[in-house]
Amino acid sequence: MTNHLLFDFTVDKAAKTVSITREFAAELSLVWDAFTKPEILDQWTAPAPLTAKTKYMNFEVGGRRFYAMVSPDGQERWAIQTYTSITPKTNFKLNNAFADQDENPELPGSEWDYSFSEQNGITKVSITIYNESFERMERMIEMGFQGGFTMTLNSLEELLAKLSQR
Amino acid sequence: MRSQVATHMNLRRDIFQAIADPTRRAILVLVAVQSMTAGEIAANFDTARPTVSKHLQILTECELLKAEQMGREIYYSLEIEKMKEIDEWLHQFRKLWEARFNQLDEVLSTMKKKKNDKPSTF
Repeated sequence: MTNHLLFDFTVDKAAKTVSITREFAAELSLVWDAFTKPEILDQWTAPAPLTAKTKYMNFEVGGRRFYAMVSPDGQERWAIQTYTSITPKTNFKLNNAFADQDENPELPGSEWDYSFSEQNGITKVSITIYNESFERMERMIEMGFQGGFTMTLNSLEELLAKLSQR
Repeated sequence: MRSQVATHMNLRRDIFQAIADPTRRAILVLVAVQSMTAGEIAANFDTARPTVSKHLQILTECELLKAEQMGREIYYSLEIEKMKEIDEWLHQFRKLWEARFNQLDEVLSTMKKKKNDKPSTF
Protein backbone atom coordinates (compact mmCIF):
# COMPACT_ATOMS: atom_id res chain seq x y z
CA MET A 1 0.00 0.00 0.00
CA THR A 2 1.41 3.36 -0.95
CA ASN A 3 0.40 6.55 0.76
CA HIS A 4 1.52 10.13 0.92
CA LEU A 5 1.01 10.47 4.62
CA LEU A 6 3.79 11.72 6.80
CA PHE A 7 6.06 9.15 8.40
CA ASP A 8 8.93 10.45 10.46
CA PHE A 9 11.28 8.23 12.43
CA THR A 10 14.25 9.47 14.40
CA VAL A 11 16.55 7.85 16.89
CA ASP A 12 18.30 10.12 19.36
CA LYS A 13 21.12 7.94 20.58
CA ALA A 14 22.30 10.33 23.28
CA ALA A 15 18.84 10.86 24.74
CA LYS A 16 18.03 7.15 24.27
CA THR A 17 14.75 8.04 22.64
CA VAL A 18 13.01 6.99 19.50
CA SER A 19 10.50 9.43 18.03
CA ILE A 20 7.92 8.34 15.53
CA THR A 21 5.32 10.52 13.84
CA ARG A 22 2.76 9.20 11.42
CA GLU A 23 -0.39 10.55 9.80
CA PHE A 24 -3.48 8.46 9.19
CA ALA A 25 -6.31 9.09 6.76
CA ALA A 26 -9.00 8.79 9.38
CA GLU A 27 -10.69 10.96 11.96
CA LEU A 28 -9.20 11.22 15.41
CA SER A 29 -11.81 9.16 17.25
CA LEU A 30 -11.16 6.13 15.03
CA VAL A 31 -7.39 6.41 15.39
CA TRP A 32 -7.73 6.88 19.14
CA ASP A 33 -9.80 3.67 19.30
CA ALA A 34 -7.21 1.83 17.23
CA PHE A 35 -4.56 2.67 19.83
CA THR A 36 -6.66 2.15 22.95
CA LYS A 37 -8.97 -0.81 22.31
CA PRO A 38 -7.50 -4.29 22.67
CA GLU A 39 -9.53 -5.95 19.91
CA ILE A 40 -8.22 -3.35 17.43
CA LEU A 41 -4.66 -3.23 18.81
CA ASP A 42 -4.39 -6.97 18.27
CA GLN A 43 -5.20 -6.48 14.60
CA TRP A 44 -2.23 -4.33 13.73
CA THR A 45 0.54 -4.12 16.36
CA ALA A 46 2.27 -7.38 15.47
CA PRO A 47 4.25 -7.33 12.25
CA ALA A 48 3.45 -10.40 10.13
CA PRO A 49 4.01 -13.30 10.58
CA LEU A 50 3.64 -12.53 14.29
CA THR A 51 0.23 -12.04 15.87
CA ALA A 52 -0.68 -10.01 18.93
CA LYS A 53 -2.80 -11.43 21.72
CA THR A 54 -4.19 -9.29 24.55
CA LYS A 55 -5.12 -11.30 27.62
CA TYR A 56 -6.74 -8.34 29.31
CA MET A 57 -6.66 -4.57 29.12
CA ASN A 58 -7.98 -1.88 31.47
CA PHE A 59 -7.48 1.41 29.74
CA GLU A 60 -7.44 3.73 32.76
CA VAL A 61 -4.71 5.40 34.76
CA GLY A 62 -3.02 2.66 36.78
CA GLY A 63 -4.68 0.04 34.57
CA ARG A 64 -2.78 -2.52 32.53
CA ARG A 65 -2.65 -4.36 29.27
CA PHE A 66 -1.14 -7.83 29.44
CA TYR A 67 -0.34 -9.05 25.97
CA ALA A 68 1.92 -11.26 23.89
CA MET A 69 3.53 -11.35 20.49
CA VAL A 70 3.00 -14.85 19.16
CA SER A 71 5.21 -16.39 16.52
CA PRO A 72 3.87 -18.82 13.89
CA ASP A 73 5.30 -21.76 15.88
CA GLY A 74 3.33 -20.66 18.94
CA GLN A 75 6.13 -19.05 20.90
CA GLU A 76 4.80 -16.24 23.09
CA ARG A 77 6.65 -13.14 24.26
CA TRP A 78 4.71 -11.40 26.98
CA ALA A 79 4.75 -7.77 28.03
CA ILE A 80 2.82 -5.54 30.42
CA GLN A 81 1.78 -1.99 29.68
CA THR A 82 0.78 0.18 32.62
CA TYR A 83 -1.07 3.39 31.83
CA THR A 84 0.38 6.33 33.72
CA SER A 85 -1.60 9.20 32.20
CA ILE A 86 -4.64 9.52 29.95
CA THR A 87 -6.12 12.67 28.39
CA PRO A 88 -8.94 11.34 26.20
CA LYS A 89 -8.40 11.76 22.46
CA THR A 90 -5.29 13.86 23.06
CA ASN A 91 -2.55 11.96 24.85
CA PHE A 92 -1.71 8.88 26.86
CA LYS A 93 1.43 7.60 28.49
CA LEU A 94 2.46 4.13 29.51
CA ASN A 95 5.28 2.08 30.86
CA ASN A 96 6.06 -1.05 28.88
CA ALA A 97 7.87 -3.94 30.56
CA PHE A 98 8.74 -7.39 29.30
CA ALA A 99 7.20 -10.11 31.40
CA ASP A 100 6.91 -13.86 31.77
CA GLN A 101 3.65 -15.68 31.13
CA ASP A 102 2.72 -15.31 34.80
CA GLU A 103 2.73 -11.54 34.60
CA ASN A 104 6.01 -11.00 36.43
CA PRO A 105 7.48 -7.84 34.94
CA GLU A 106 11.13 -7.38 34.11
CA LEU A 107 11.99 -3.88 35.25
CA PRO A 108 12.91 -1.28 34.25
CA GLY A 109 10.62 -0.86 31.29
CA SER A 110 10.43 1.82 28.63
CA GLU A 111 8.33 4.99 28.78
CA TRP A 112 5.93 5.63 25.92
CA ASP A 113 4.18 8.90 25.16
CA TYR A 114 1.44 9.05 22.51
CA SER A 115 -0.03 12.33 21.23
CA PHE A 116 -2.95 12.69 18.83
CA SER A 117 -4.16 15.63 16.76
CA GLU A 118 -6.49 15.99 13.79
CA GLN A 119 -6.50 18.39 10.88
CA ASN A 120 -8.83 18.17 7.89
CA GLY A 121 -9.68 14.55 8.53
CA ILE A 122 -6.04 13.52 8.84
CA THR A 123 -4.94 12.36 12.26
CA LYS A 124 -1.34 12.77 13.33
CA VAL A 125 0.09 10.46 15.96
CA SER A 126 3.42 11.24 17.64
CA ILE A 127 5.09 8.56 19.72
CA THR A 128 8.15 9.01 21.90
CA ILE A 129 9.83 5.97 23.41
CA TYR A 130 12.44 6.33 26.11
CA ASN A 131 14.61 3.40 27.18
CA GLU A 132 16.91 3.45 30.13
CA SER A 133 19.40 1.14 28.49
CA PHE A 134 20.53 0.40 24.98
CA GLU A 135 20.24 -3.30 25.65
CA ARG A 136 16.59 -2.83 26.27
CA MET A 137 16.14 -0.88 23.08
CA GLU A 138 17.75 -3.81 21.34
CA ARG A 139 15.35 -6.24 22.95
CA MET A 140 12.43 -4.09 21.98
CA ILE A 141 13.52 -4.39 18.39
CA GLU A 142 14.04 -8.09 18.78
CA MET A 143 10.59 -8.59 20.27
CA GLY A 144 9.05 -7.06 17.18
CA PHE A 145 11.36 -8.84 14.85
CA GLN A 146 11.45 -12.23 16.39
CA GLY A 147 11.68 -14.60 13.48
CA GLY A 148 13.00 -11.80 11.34
CA PHE A 149 16.12 -9.86 12.00
CA THR A 150 17.24 -11.83 15.05
CA MET A 151 16.87 -15.09 13.26
CA THR A 152 18.83 -13.73 10.34
CA LEU A 153 21.68 -12.92 12.68
CA ASN A 154 21.46 -16.30 14.39
CA SER A 155 21.61 -18.18 11.13
CA LEU A 156 24.45 -15.96 10.08
CA GLU A 157 26.31 -16.93 13.23
CA GLU A 158 25.67 -20.59 12.49
CA LEU A 159 26.88 -20.14 8.98
CA LEU A 160 30.02 -18.42 10.20
CA ALA A 161 30.63 -21.20 12.70
CA LYS A 162 30.28 -23.78 9.93
CA LEU A 163 32.58 -21.93 7.60
CA SER A 164 35.18 -21.63 10.33
CA GLN A 165 35.21 -25.40 10.81
CA ARG A 166 36.46 -26.08 7.33
CA MET B 1 31.56 -29.41 19.20
CA ARG B 2 34.85 -29.05 21.03
CA SER B 3 36.69 -28.35 17.81
CA GLN B 4 34.43 -25.34 17.37
CA VAL B 5 35.89 -23.81 20.51
CA ALA B 6 39.38 -24.54 19.27
CA THR B 7 38.81 -22.93 15.90
CA HIS B 8 37.15 -19.94 17.47
CA MET B 9 40.41 -18.05 17.79
CA ASN B 10 41.07 -18.49 14.10
CA LEU B 11 37.71 -17.22 13.06
CA ARG B 12 38.13 -14.30 10.77
CA ARG B 13 36.48 -11.31 12.34
CA ASP B 14 33.87 -9.52 10.31
CA ILE B 15 31.14 -7.01 10.92
CA PHE B 16 28.42 -9.63 10.98
CA GLN B 17 30.04 -11.34 13.89
CA ALA B 18 30.39 -7.97 15.58
CA ILE B 19 26.74 -7.05 15.34
CA ALA B 20 25.53 -10.52 16.29
CA ASP B 21 26.13 -9.56 19.93
CA PRO B 22 23.80 -7.07 21.66
CA THR B 23 26.49 -5.67 23.96
CA ARG B 24 28.71 -4.93 21.01
CA ARG B 25 25.87 -3.23 19.19
CA ALA B 26 25.28 -1.13 22.29
CA ILE B 27 28.96 -0.16 22.42
CA LEU B 28 28.75 1.01 18.81
CA VAL B 29 25.75 3.16 19.62
CA LEU B 30 27.64 4.65 22.57
CA VAL B 31 30.79 5.66 20.72
CA ALA B 32 28.69 7.00 17.86
CA VAL B 33 28.02 9.99 20.09
CA GLN B 34 31.65 10.66 21.04
CA SER B 35 34.93 8.83 21.36
CA MET B 36 35.40 7.19 24.75
CA THR B 37 37.97 5.35 26.83
CA ALA B 38 37.43 1.69 27.73
CA GLY B 39 36.57 2.75 31.27
CA GLU B 40 33.94 5.22 30.13
CA ILE B 41 32.39 2.59 27.88
CA ALA B 42 32.44 -0.06 30.63
CA ALA B 43 30.67 2.33 33.01
CA ASN B 44 27.56 1.96 30.84
CA PHE B 45 27.28 -1.78 31.35
CA ASP B 46 26.73 -4.15 34.21
CA THR B 47 29.09 -6.56 32.49
CA ALA B 48 32.54 -7.16 34.01
CA ARG B 49 35.29 -4.89 32.73
CA PRO B 50 37.35 -7.68 31.08
CA THR B 51 34.25 -8.75 29.14
CA VAL B 52 33.86 -5.22 27.82
CA SER B 53 37.58 -5.18 26.90
CA LYS B 54 37.07 -8.39 24.94
CA HIS B 55 34.17 -6.82 23.06
CA LEU B 56 36.29 -3.76 22.29
CA GLN B 57 39.04 -6.00 20.98
CA ILE B 58 36.64 -7.79 18.66
CA LEU B 59 35.15 -4.53 17.40
CA THR B 60 38.62 -3.15 16.75
CA GLU B 61 39.61 -6.30 14.87
CA CYS B 62 36.48 -5.91 12.77
CA GLU B 63 37.58 -2.35 12.01
CA LEU B 64 34.36 -0.97 13.38
CA LEU B 65 36.27 0.83 16.13
CA LYS B 66 39.41 2.89 15.83
CA ALA B 67 41.69 2.89 18.88
CA GLU B 68 43.83 6.01 19.29
CA GLN B 69 46.37 6.72 21.98
CA MET B 70 45.90 10.20 23.45
CA GLY B 71 48.25 10.84 26.33
CA ARG B 72 47.90 7.97 28.74
CA GLU B 73 44.46 6.97 27.52
CA ILE B 74 43.26 5.00 24.54
CA TYR B 75 40.15 6.47 22.97
CA TYR B 76 37.76 4.40 20.93
CA SER B 77 35.81 5.97 18.10
CA LEU B 78 33.68 4.78 15.23
CA GLU B 79 34.94 3.88 11.81
CA ILE B 80 32.19 5.71 10.00
CA GLU B 81 32.46 3.90 6.68
CA LYS B 82 32.13 0.47 8.28
CA MET B 83 29.41 1.81 10.50
CA LYS B 84 27.19 2.55 7.53
CA GLU B 85 26.77 -1.17 7.07
CA ILE B 86 25.82 -1.52 10.73
CA ASP B 87 23.35 1.31 10.61
CA GLU B 88 21.08 -1.15 8.88
CA TRP B 89 19.86 -2.48 12.21
CA LEU B 90 18.24 0.79 13.14
CA HIS B 91 16.73 0.74 9.73
CA GLN B 92 15.09 -2.54 10.70
CA PHE B 93 13.36 -0.81 13.57
CA ARG B 94 11.97 1.79 11.24
CA LYS B 95 10.73 -0.95 8.95
CA LEU B 96 8.95 -2.60 11.85
CA TRP B 97 6.92 0.54 12.46
CA GLU B 98 6.30 0.98 8.77
CA ALA B 99 4.84 -2.52 8.58
CA ARG B 100 2.73 -1.92 11.67
CA PHE B 101 1.33 1.35 10.41
CA ASN B 102 0.52 -0.10 7.03
CA GLN B 103 -1.54 -2.71 8.85
CA LEU B 104 -3.20 0.02 10.85
CA ASP B 105 -4.09 1.88 7.63
CA GLU B 106 -6.00 -1.17 6.52
CA VAL B 107 -7.70 -1.62 9.88
CA LEU B 108 -8.75 2.03 9.85
CA SER B 109 -10.18 1.86 6.36
CA THR B 110 -12.20 -1.20 7.38
CA MET B 111 -13.43 0.65 10.46
CA LYS B 112 -14.41 3.65 8.35
CA LYS B 113 -16.38 1.46 5.95
CA LYS B 114 -18.24 -0.23 8.79
CA LYS B 115 -19.06 3.11 10.33
CA ASN B 116 -20.47 4.42 7.05
CA ASP B 117 -22.44 1.26 6.28
CA LYS B 118 -24.45 1.29 9.48
CA PRO B 119 -24.37 4.03 12.07
CA SER B 120 -22.79 2.67 15.21
CA THR B 121 -25.27 2.10 17.99
CA PHE B 122 -22.85 1.89 20.87
